[in-house]
Amino acid sequence: MTDSKYFTTTKKGEIFELKAELNSDKKEKKKEAVKKVIASMTVGKDVSALFPDVVNCMQTDNLELKKLVYLYLMNYAKSQPDMAIMAVNTFVKDCEDPNPLIRALAVRTMGCIRVDKITEYLCEPLRKCLKDEDPYVRKTAAVCVAKLHDINAQLVEDQGFLDTLKDLISDSNPMVVANAVAALSEIAESHPSSNLLDLNPQSINKLLTALNECTEWGQIFILDCLANYTPKDDREAQSICERVTPRLSHANSAVVLSAVKVLMKFMEMLSKDLDYYGTLLKKLAPPLVTLLSAEPELQYVALRNINLIVQKRPEILKHEMKVFFVKYNDPIYVKLEKLDIMIRLASQANIAQVLAELKEYATEVDVDFVRKAVRAIGRCAIKVEQSAERCVSTLLDLIQTKVNYVVQEAIVVIKDIFRKYPNKYESVIATLCENLDSLDEPEARAAMIWIVGEYAERIDNADELLESFLEGFHDESTQVQLQLLTAIVKLFLKKPTETQELVQQVLSLATQDSDNPDLRDRGYIYWRLLSTDPVAAKEVVLAEKPLISEETDLIEPTLLDELICYIGTLASVYHKPPSAFVEGGRGVVHKSLPPRTASSESTESPETAPAGAPPGEQPDVIPTQGDLLGDLLNLDLGPPVSGPPLATTSVQMGAVDLLGGGLDSLIGGPNFVAPPAAAVPASLGAPIGSGLSDLFDLTSGVGTLSGSYVAPKAVWLPAMKAKGLEISGTFTRQVGSISMDLQLTNKALQVMTDFAIQFNRNSFGLAPAAPLQVHAPLSPNQTVEISLPLNTVGSVMKMEPLNNLQVAVKNNIDVFYFSTLYPLHILFVEDGKMDRQMFLATWKDIPNENEAQFQIRDCPLNAEAVSSKLQSSNIFTIAKRNVEGQDMLYQSLKLTNGIWVLAELRIQPGNPSFTVLQLSLKCRAPEVSQHVYQAYETILKN
Amino acid sequence: MIHSLFLINSSGDIFLEKHWKSVVSRSVCDYFFEAQERATEAENVPPVIPTPHHYLLSVYRHKIFFVAVIQTEVPPLFVIEFLHRVVDTFQDYFGVCSEPVIKDNVVVVYEVLEEMLDNGFPLATESNILKELIKPPTILRTVVNTITGSTNVGDQLPTGQLSVVPWRRTGVKYTNNEAYFDVIEEIDAIIDKSGSTITAEIQGVIDACVKLTGMPDLTLSFMNPRLLDDVSFHPCVRFKRWESERTLSFIPADGSFRLLSYHVSAQNLVAIPVYVRHNISFRDSSSLGRFEITVGPKQTMGKTIEGVMVTSQMPKGVLNMSLTPSQGTHTFDPVTKMLSWDVGKINPQKLPSLKGTMSLQTGASKPDENPTINLQFKIQQLAISGLKVNRLDMYGEKYKPFKGIKYMTKAGKFQVRT
Repeated sequence: MTDSKYFTTTKKGEIFELKAELNSDKKEKKKEAVKKVIASMTVGKDVSALFPDVVNCMQTDNLELKKLVYLYLMNYAKSQPDMAIMAVNTFVKDCEDPNPLIRALAVRTMGCIRVDKITEYLCEPLRKCLKDEDPYVRKTAAVCVAKLHDINAQLVEDQGFLDTLKDLISDSNPMVVANAVAALSEIAESHPSSNLLDLNPQSINKLLTALNECTEWGQIFILDCLANYTPKDDREAQSICERVTPRLSHANSAVVLSAVKVLMKFMEMLSKDLDYYGTLLKKLAPPLVTLLSAEPELQYVALRNINLIVQKRPEILKHEMKVFFVKYNDPIYVKLEKLDIMIRLASQANIAQVLAELKEYATEVDVDFVRKAVRAIGRCAIKVEQSAERCVSTLLDLIQTKVNYVVQEAIVVIKDIFRKYPNKYESVIATLCENLDSLDEPEARAAMIWIVGEYAERIDNADELLESFLEGFHDESTQVQLQLLTAIVKLFLKKPTETQELVQQVLSLATQDSDNPDLRDRGYIYWRLLSTDPVAAKEVVLAEKPLISEETDLIEPTLLDELICYIGTLASVYHKPPSAFVEGGRGVVHKSLPPRTASSESTESPETAPAGAPPGEQPDVIPTQGDLLGDLLNLDLGPPVSGPPLATTSVQMGAVDLLGGGLDSLIGGPNFVAPPAAAVPASLGAPIGSGLSDLFDLTSGVGTLSGSYVAPKAVWLPAMKAKGLEISGTFTRQVGSISMDLQLTNKALQVMTDFAIQFNRNSFGLAPAAPLQVHAPLSPNQTVEISLPLNTVGSVMKMEPLNNLQVAVKNNIDVFYFSTLYPLHILFVEDGKMDRQMFLATWKDIPNENEAQFQIRDCPLNAEAVSSKLQSSNIFTIAKRNVEGQDMLYQSLKLTNGIWVLAELRIQPGNPSFTVLQLSLKCRAPEVSQHVYQAYETILKN
Repeated sequence: MIHSLFLINSSGDIFLEKHWKSVVSRSVCDYFFEAQERATEAENVPPVIPTPHHYLLSVYRHKIFFVAVIQTEVPPLFVIEFLHRVVDTFQDYFGVCSEPVIKDNVVVVYEVLEEMLDNGFPLATESNILKELIKPPTILRTVVNTITGSTNVGDQLPTGQLSVVPWRRTGVKYTNNEAYFDVIEEIDAIIDKSGSTITAEIQGVIDACVKLTGMPDLTLSFMNPRLLDDVSFHPCVRFKRWESERTLSFIPADGSFRLLSYHVSAQNLVAIPVYVRHNISFRDSSSLGRFEITVGPKQTMGKTIEGVMVTSQMPKGVLNMSLTPSQGTHTFDPVTKMLSWDVGKINPQKLPSLKGTMSLQTGASKPDENPTINLQFKIQQLAISGLKVNRLDMYGEKYKPFKGIKYMTKAGKFQVRT
């Protein structure tokens, strides 16, 4: 006798039959009938018509029957709200039952009846159950609050259930605590603004105690809740970490991953010098490795998370490469993820092993996997320079296999290798050309065409090759068309004599016969360029391209930091912040890693930062870069809370390539035939022309503005203090040289002569480059203006504040001392523009503790204005992006002593008088940040 | 939290649905079917599938897809772990977890699922608690229930539900008190063409079957606990004792449970007990290929290797194989191209081998890939890592239990590339 009998139907009609049975007098028959109803329900049959008959069976002592009726009720109450009220009385009665199981069952079920009308009847029973003496009832009631909140949030707030729920966090029973936390977390998710889980050290302590005693599921809730807490200092962070680490040995992988999240987040607050930091790093590796021996589904989620962890803290798994080696019967989704992590972990030490593995994978059966493996070989070459040669020869071996998709994939990655290591592996071009005919995928064709165009001068029959592609120009995909256009223009610029016809042909194909605006515009740009200024064309088209690096596929640091806070969640599986995909955008709170705060200094503000060295006492030399980390000033080191950065670097790369891969100078200028007038209609000519000049405005603007902002002169030494000599001055920086512009006024009654000047040792080694030249004696009431050139090769001593300069001026009367603060931007050197890739790498490389954030208020400028203003003071904009309507500028600058400062400037448009610029600075010597910020402010506000 | 659960068989029928919050239309599974279609094999269906309003998380076990529907941000591992628990519970209740069995017990299944989650929050997932709430069906009980009209739903609050030892109920009684521990180690390894080890690791578990009266408190100590540096414990194990003394101290769950799982990955600790010599060659010109493999023992600490089974997925181009084994039986399925050879025991004096030819499609070029050989084997009375239990002590109860420890080594994912 099995339950399958419940599925058999009779001729009379099922519902009719069941109705009769449900109304039977015999208990047993009733129960069997309800079971039949439930069985139909489980397979999705609609049995809602039986509602009144089933509810009639509810008044019973038979627990099984009661439970079955409840199951039915939960499913169908919503469709029969009026009938559902019939059930209320039974619930109210059951909530008073002496048996806690029945009380809990009642409170559990009534929360599942999602009918507005009856919710208010449930408040009283629920209130009682929340205070029930039996913890089983209390923990069930806690969940019921969450259910009720889902149906009618206002009611729950009005009835004060949220406060009762908060009280349950202090319950004596750990299971009740866990459920209260779970319920509150769920409610909080739909009310991001509410401060429901108000965590403080006391409640944290309670949670940590409950953590040891509650069920595995409860542990997950508590750990996820802990992860939202920000400890007040590193000591608290460490003590929480210590109590969370045992969870890493739990059998339930979700507990392990939630614990990893808490640790990864709080680790951010610990100093790297701490012994404990190292211990923690070591403890994190084994549980992550263990996750990989679990079922494939768990492995997949674990791998997605490990991908993030490896990017944030590569040191954790750097010795564990082998566990990511692919087994041939792993599911494809696991294989692809493992491959990704293998590349991230690849280093000089293990590259040989990795390559051998990748080569093995490239002979497998699964096409997607093979492709990715081939691509991975290319990425290894780009990432580990020493291995490039081996990678290239491996790729060549693979091309020899002649397996079509392997060849195509290999060519795509070889193109990237050429970009990374120009003029090194071009000998393989011949081999590549042999396979030209087998390429049928756009990406591979485009890559091959790029190679031919780029190395046209080395390929004898480049024109023939490109011409062959040209025949089917209109059948190609846009990607190939664009690449073909650029390649032929390159070819023309390199071999103008033989290829004139070809270039004319492609230009006319692109501009006249194509309806793709991108292609047409690019065609016109080339055409104009070639016809107006062939030299410029060559400079543009054949310009040196920025090198690419493996960083291009890394997650942007700010996004990565945010995702680290979401380890173990769906966000970590998709590598997108929840705001990007959570339904309706509700419940979106940006999370950020906690800033590092040392316990002893936590209350001090940046201004009262501890003095490094009292001036003139210790011959304390300012070390450059890294060493400074030791005596960190207490700056506000919060990492940026950023919106979801969407554009990936590769997209930007593409844009650069469009221009960089393009225009060029033309030797055979005279040979060039201007496009026929018809091709560029007059009406079109103008906009194109102006469009072009717009394009170049950006760069030309740079050249005209030279010399950074100069502050008006200020009085440095008042006459009263210097026996009648008044000195005022300012600092300037013009085309690479710094000078101190001084104005000396003699307010005494005697003539002053024999001027000399000397600087005390200072932070950046500023020193006069020439003696102070005052040619004639200074008569009373006479003023003389002097520009004193400075250099930065003087002795170095760290000053407090950093930009303090102590000056001694001597004349025939006496020696006078004064000190002044120089603006830091006079130290920004002209070659402070960092390469884009370098920037990304450096930004990632500098630890987050070194990041400082500032706000610049009342600065009604747009991104262009800001950028050009800063550029004139040698702060260079490397990239600009628009994220959610905000402009983000990425900038770099270099100080005279070689310290790089990287900046991310966020400009919120809108009301101009309210514009706030958010400035995040990253620098290996974080104490300069404060001064750089001041420089920013000075420059932008003047 | 977990919104709904759908059980889907391999032909794409939804044969059970359970909702813990509002009802989600089963049309949401269409997204799952799409993904299923894209993935060529059931094993390759991605475990997380986004849909416009929901997320589908699935596991594939016993030819059934368990698809959970979630609506808000929930830790996916939590959901997947829970689904595993559902599978384990079904197996525990009905002996096997299969579509017919679930259909036969649909009401019990439904009742159990209702007890496991409340509003999507796990409620009771420990099997001993569940069994007190909903008694598993037995033939005897079904008969008794029919006659007496009693139910298989417990009406008392399970004792373990709220205690600090939820895995054990009070008042357990046995006439024979016994505690058995199985130390089982699986070797996962990849061996390359030349026979050198690329990766090798040991996944070990200690499974316990404890039938002891009352509330015993057990202590298990090892001869060489230093081997265990990467461990996951059953919640019953006291972590502090392990940290300080490296002994396992615990109040055991009642019945069978996994006490500990561990992972040994240091390469020098992982001995490889077998080797495979292979010579598989295709020639471009000929439509015949040569095939020869020999299996032999290596580092077995003097124990016999048994239950050896060789399987290999042959390339598509292989039409048929004509092979002769020196021992055991072999089969080749020309449709799936799966070769399997049941070797049995390895006799070190006379190594088992399988030799012969493969017939290939005429005219086709030789296959690009060489087959990977999968190996299964067992070694009794040996834990290959060298782990040894020192002693087992019991406190808290007066009687003298019967104790037993068994060791076994098995092949896990053991692959030899050719």
